[in-house]
Amino acid sequence: MKSTLINPVLNKEIRLRFRSSKSYIGIASYLGILGLISLGFIGLTLSYDYMGTFRPEESRSMFLLISMLQLALVIFITPGLTAGVISSERERQTLPILLTTAQSSTAIILSKLISSLSFLLLIVFATAPLYMIVFLYGGISPSNVVASFSLYAFAMLVIGSFGILASTIIRKTILAMVTTYSVAFFMTGGLAIITLMLTTFSYQFYNQGTDYIWPFLFASLNIPIMFFSVFEPSVMMEFQSMSGFGFSPWIIFFSFYSLFIVGCLIIAIRKLRPNMKIKSKS
Amino acid sequence: MIETVNLTKKYGSFTALNDLNLSISDGTVFGFVGQNGAGKSTTFQILATLMAPTNGTAFVNGVDVTKDPEKVRKVIGYMPDFFGVYDQFKTEEYLDFYGASYGLSAREREEVIPQLLELVNLSNKRDSYVDLLSRGMKQRLCLARSLIHDPKVLILDEPASGLDPRARIEMREILKELKTMGKTIIISSHILPELAEMCDEIGVIDNGKLIATGTVSEIQLKLQQQKVIIVMVTRDMEKTIRFFEDDPDVINVQRGSNGSIQFGYKGSDEDQQMLIKKAVMADIPMLSFKQLETNLEDVFMEITKGVEEG
Ligand SMILES: Nc1ncnc2c1ncn2[C@@H]1O[C@H](COP(=O)(O)OP(=O)(O)OP(=O)(O)O)[C@@H](O)[C@H]1O
Ligand SMILES: [Mg+2]
Repeated sequence: MKSTLINPVLNKEIRLRFRSSKSYIGIASYLGILGLISLGFIGLTLSYDYMGTFRPEESRSMFLLISMLQLALVIFITPGLTAGVISSERERQTLPILLTTAQSSTAIILSKLISSLSFLLLIVFATAPLYMIVFLYGGISPSNVVASFSLYAFAMLVIGSFGILASTIIRKTILAMVTTYSVAFFMTGGLAIITLMLTTFSYQFYNQGTDYIWPFLFASLNIPIMFFSVFEPSVMMEFQSMSGFGFSPWIIFFSFYSLFIVGCLIIAIRKLRPNMKIKSKS
Repeated sequence: MIETVNLTKKYGSFTALNDLNLSISDGTVFGFVGQNGAGKSTTFQILATLMAPTNGTAFVNGVDVTKDPEKVRKVIGYMPDFFGVYDQFKTEEYLDFYGASYGLSAREREEVIPQLLELVNLSNKRDSYVDLLSRGMKQRLCLARSLIHDPKVLILDEPASGLDPRARIEMREILKELKTMGKTIIISSHILPELAEMCDEIGVIDNGKLIATGTVSEIQLKLQQQKVIIVMVTRDMEKTIRFFEDDPDVINVQRGSNGSIQFGYKGSDEDQQMLIKKAVMADIPMLSFKQLETNLEDVFMEITKGVEEG
């Protein structure tokens, strides 16, 4: 029973990851960066505040700052953690042996995904004490925090699935990393820029009285914009009214990315081992 | 049982395996010999379900590798020619991980791992990090790993390569022990004598084709049927070569360095006497006529040479 719950590959990945000092240095520097920025923010706010207190509005903008910063870190770290999981085993020549074991391709791919993402989740949860400061001063609700953490996890899954796919089909880790970073930056920065550019055309349509759906569509697929809209819904509402669409952008967001995750993982599982069937010559 | 049927593998337009047909019965230790690039590793990778053939197929323990690779994986222990280890593992954990990967329970692993470490002589390295083991030790550890699920069939790609003579002998001893355990083993090498001692059968592969197969003594018989003769002459090189090429029992005449000519000879001892007599009568200025002391390796060289030219 235990062996079916804890897959050996997952077990191995987690054990080896926590054996390497790199992991601890990673966690420590992550917390360090985030902590320094938060403290810096509090310090700056206080020095400009004529009353010398940290007010709930300020606490709220600090929460937004930390959350967006954390999202940026998640987007930035996920490719590095996932794009090497298969290709590095290939490069170190441990992959052929793993592939001749009785482990199914599904078990190998999912274990690799879960282990790298659980490490990242651990880092993100380790930042929870920072949120305590924010809670102390008020301005945000616990549901805000839950929403942001769920979105981190979802963003990790989206980018992580692609990272594993890249790592499976691209032989070299370096190339897999570059590809994954490019896709991750396109999904975040790239789509945001496209949305912005499309918005500049919106007045024309507005004057003609026709619906203009593109900014809404692109914004719905953009992780940072959607993340931001949880706390500041106004921008997204503007796009929505422009588009004339009745349903929530979250439907577009979750259905598109769920398909994306499943698609990436299925292809990775299929491509991990060679297809032993002989292609019939046409 | 291992069987390949018209096994063919092409890398682009290059044919690495060309209609290879092998048949190895249960409990046999089969030596797969061939020069660098002959196609040994390619064959083994297909048998280990790591690569699809372009054509033909292979059966391991009666299971078609192209149809049911999962089932094949459960019955084979595969040792690649080059392999890496997870460097942060200790020897025991390394074996434990693979044991778990084959679905062995914790109790089974606890029982089998010390036995395997004993078999490959690594009991004293139980707590060493895998990365710190010597090359020969890593090789033995990898062999132990391939045995963890007690497979019926062992596919060992040059398990003794890169080892010093002492480590080679140790490896050979371990393999002999495995043979007594009744496993079907296919083992490759480019050095024939290394295999001759422990193999029941030998297959010689060259340019992706199986060019000779049989028991070690059968191959030795082939050796006796084909002698290698070296003739030294002082002059008249061309004339001498033409003279020997005319004899029906002479094959593959080659010009050696400083006046020597080498050829294969398949005639009987009486024929050989006649040949010498005729050569003297024909005024061939022979300094010497010498039959080479051949060993298995020479046979192998001869066999492969013949094919390259044919
Ligand atoms: N991935 C590949 N792409 C293209 N050609 C390949 C590939 N792998 C092997 N080859 C070629 O196929 C031929 C057979 O290679 P293989 O590795 O099977 O030889 P081998 O008998 O194992 O040789 P060695 O004794 O050097 O290990 C070689 O000519 C090699 O160059
Ligand atoms: Mg090889």
